[in-house]
Amino acid sequence: MDLMEYQAKQLFAKHGVAGAVGIVASTADEARAAAEQLGGTVVVKAQVKAGGRGKAGGVKLADGPAETAARAEEILGMQIKGLTVHRVLIAPTADITEEYYFSFLVDRANRNYLCIASVEGGVEIEEVAHTNPDAVAKVAIDPGAGVDEAKAREIVAEARFPAEVADAAVAMVQQLWRVFIDEDASLVEVNPLARLAGDTLEALDGKVTLDDNAEFRHPEHADFDDQDAADPLEAKSRDKGLNYVKLDGSVGIIGNGAGLVMSTLDVVSYAGQEYGGQEPANFLDIGGGASAQVMADGLDIVLGDEQVKSVFVNVFGGITACDAVADGIVSALGILGDAATKPLVVRLDGNNVDEGRRILAEADHPLVSVVDTMDGAAARAAELAAN
Amino acid sequence: MSIFLNAASKVIVQGMTGSEGQKHTRRMLASGTTIVGGVNARKAGTTVDFDGEQQPVFGTVSEAVAETGADVSVVFVPPAFTKDAVLEAIEAGIGLVVVITEGVPVHDTAVFFAAAEASGTTRIVGPNCPGVITPGESNTGIIPANIAGKGSIGLVSKSGTLTYQLMYELRDIGFTTAVGIGGDPIIGTTHIDCLRAFEADPETVAIIMVGEIGGDAEERAADFITEHVTKPVVGYVAGFTAPEGKTMGHAGAIVSGSSGTAEAKKSALEAAGVRVGKTPSETAQLMRDVIESMS
Repeated sequence: MDLMEYQAKQLFAKHGVAGAVGIVASTADEARAAAEQLGGTVVVKAQVKAGGRGKAGGVKLADGPAETAARAEEILGMQIKGLTVHRVLIAPTADITEEYYFSFLVDRANRNYLCIASVEGGVEIEEVAHTNPDAVAKVAIDPGAGVDEAKAREIVAEARFPAEVADAAVAMVQQLWRVFIDEDASLVEVNPLARLAGDTLEALDGKVTLDDNAEFRHPEHADFDDQDAADPLEAKSRDKGLNYVKLDGSVGIIGNGAGLVMSTLDVVSYAGQEYGGQEPANFLDIGGGASAQVMADGLDIVLGDEQVKSVFVNVFGGITACDAVADGIVSALGILGDAATKPLVVRLDGNNVDEGRRILAEADHPLVSVVDTMDGAAARAAELAAN
Repeated sequence: MSIFLNAASKVIVQGMTGSEGQKHTRRMLASGTTIVGGVNARKAGTTVDFDGEQQPVFGTVSEAVAETGADVSVVFVPPAFTKDAVLEAIEAGIGLVVVITEGVPVHDTAVFFAAAEASGTTRIVGPNCPGVITPGESNTGIIPANIAGKGSIGLVSKSGTLTYQLMYELRDIGFTTAVGIGGDPIIGTTHIDCLRAFEADPETVAIIMVGEIGGDAEERAADFITEHVTKPVVGYVAGFTAPEGKTMGHAGAIVSGSSGTAEAKKSALEAAGVRVGKTPSETAQLMRDVIESMS
């Protein structure tokens, strides 16, 4: 889960990282009140999970409550990279002398952790790495050893943070490490990490990605879930324990196994080119079991998408036998009754495939057609969606 | 021949007493795997009955190794306990640890992978993977043994069901070993590790490599193929239609900005001389052509 800036800063504050969290506002009035409370000049920042907020006009300075309300009014409701701004963060301005960059992340390639730090912050780090690679320090971290004070000192020295702020940086690096480890984050990024007048350091912005697999040890992270942004069908499928991603096309997809479902989306998209550009409507992995209830839940969600014109059920019977899957489809259609209104193309292969196909043939449901190959079934589903 | 796993492998199951562990231990036994016991500290000294065959339960992996000479462990324990289970197996000097468990926090995987590297003796496969099968010899994990038999193709895949699909399509040719490496951000055995092992395996004549969006493992595998692989490689990549920033089922399957796209992976593989199929069936056909041209 990607966090918004104010949520990241809440986690920073929890671990003692210096930097004002600010006040979150979802209306202009709330923004006015926040400015009154903070006093002086404030910065009004759009809270969306996207980079480039400044360039998009989502970050503005405001002098006093009236101006803050006006800026908030402009920013709230704005679209940034396709995301609607529902909240702004009102934060005090700081007397910045220099801007640095800092992050911890999971390094997939080296299968350990990477720390990236630079004295050239406040801009995109990819840009700095491109124009001035020497200014970007990359320090590998052994997950077995972690970051102690000595390692933090090594990082600060590699990044060439100025001597005046070195001790403050060493402390902040260790605090950010605690955010990374204790909160089960796969990314913790501070940009800018600001040097203020008086040689103190503050995290002026924050980006944190939390590991969804670690939710079981962080029940408190559930509060970070962004209900406004969640697609209603995605929210519903999460409640049912299904792995669903909403897409924009017309062919609903249900399959078992993440890889096979991704592959199904691709095959449907290729086949759809022959039928006026039909595209997959969703990703839905019902997993290995594929019981009648899971199949019914899956069908219910996919059919709940108004854009869906046909549904492609693509199952490879590995552990699950195809006859069980076929029974699941027949019972699911029974459970759904009149709610099932769109044509279903079913492709079964693998374990007990003949029996599975026989069950579907025998049921002879008017909405269901069985096609033997994945490519053929994708073409049929795309054709039905086009009609 | 085969890679990582063969008829001589002595396998223990961590989590054998749980429902998934029992179900799959029964299947592994039925497919001829030499299973020598399970591990569960709370049930040490008991046995579990598998169709008349009694499997001993040991208190620790070290005890299991001392008693049975086990050299492979399959891990079915829940995510919250996976790190400790794998660390215990590494400590006990197990040579191959196959972690089936889905949903392991990435920091836990990072820690046990680092420990495995430091040990110099343990190879980890997974987590969040279907396991490793050397048909007719040994099967560690959940890959159905009845899909395909022994043959000349080596297969490495991030995805379980795509492994099954391709094994099924090429069941008349068969496989030396199929390795499901898993779709998590950090995995113990990579495409490259498998490519290296298949290249060195005299019975493997051609290799299928299945990838998906996220990270740059396929691009790095492509570089490795250019430098080190002389056997023909056929590839498949899933996720061309995946939107940016959405996790597609596997924790590691995410396109971030312009990196991790299927298109980039396909291009890199093709530049390395890998024939890349557009669909699973086309991929199977490409492999069939390769095998026919070699015979």
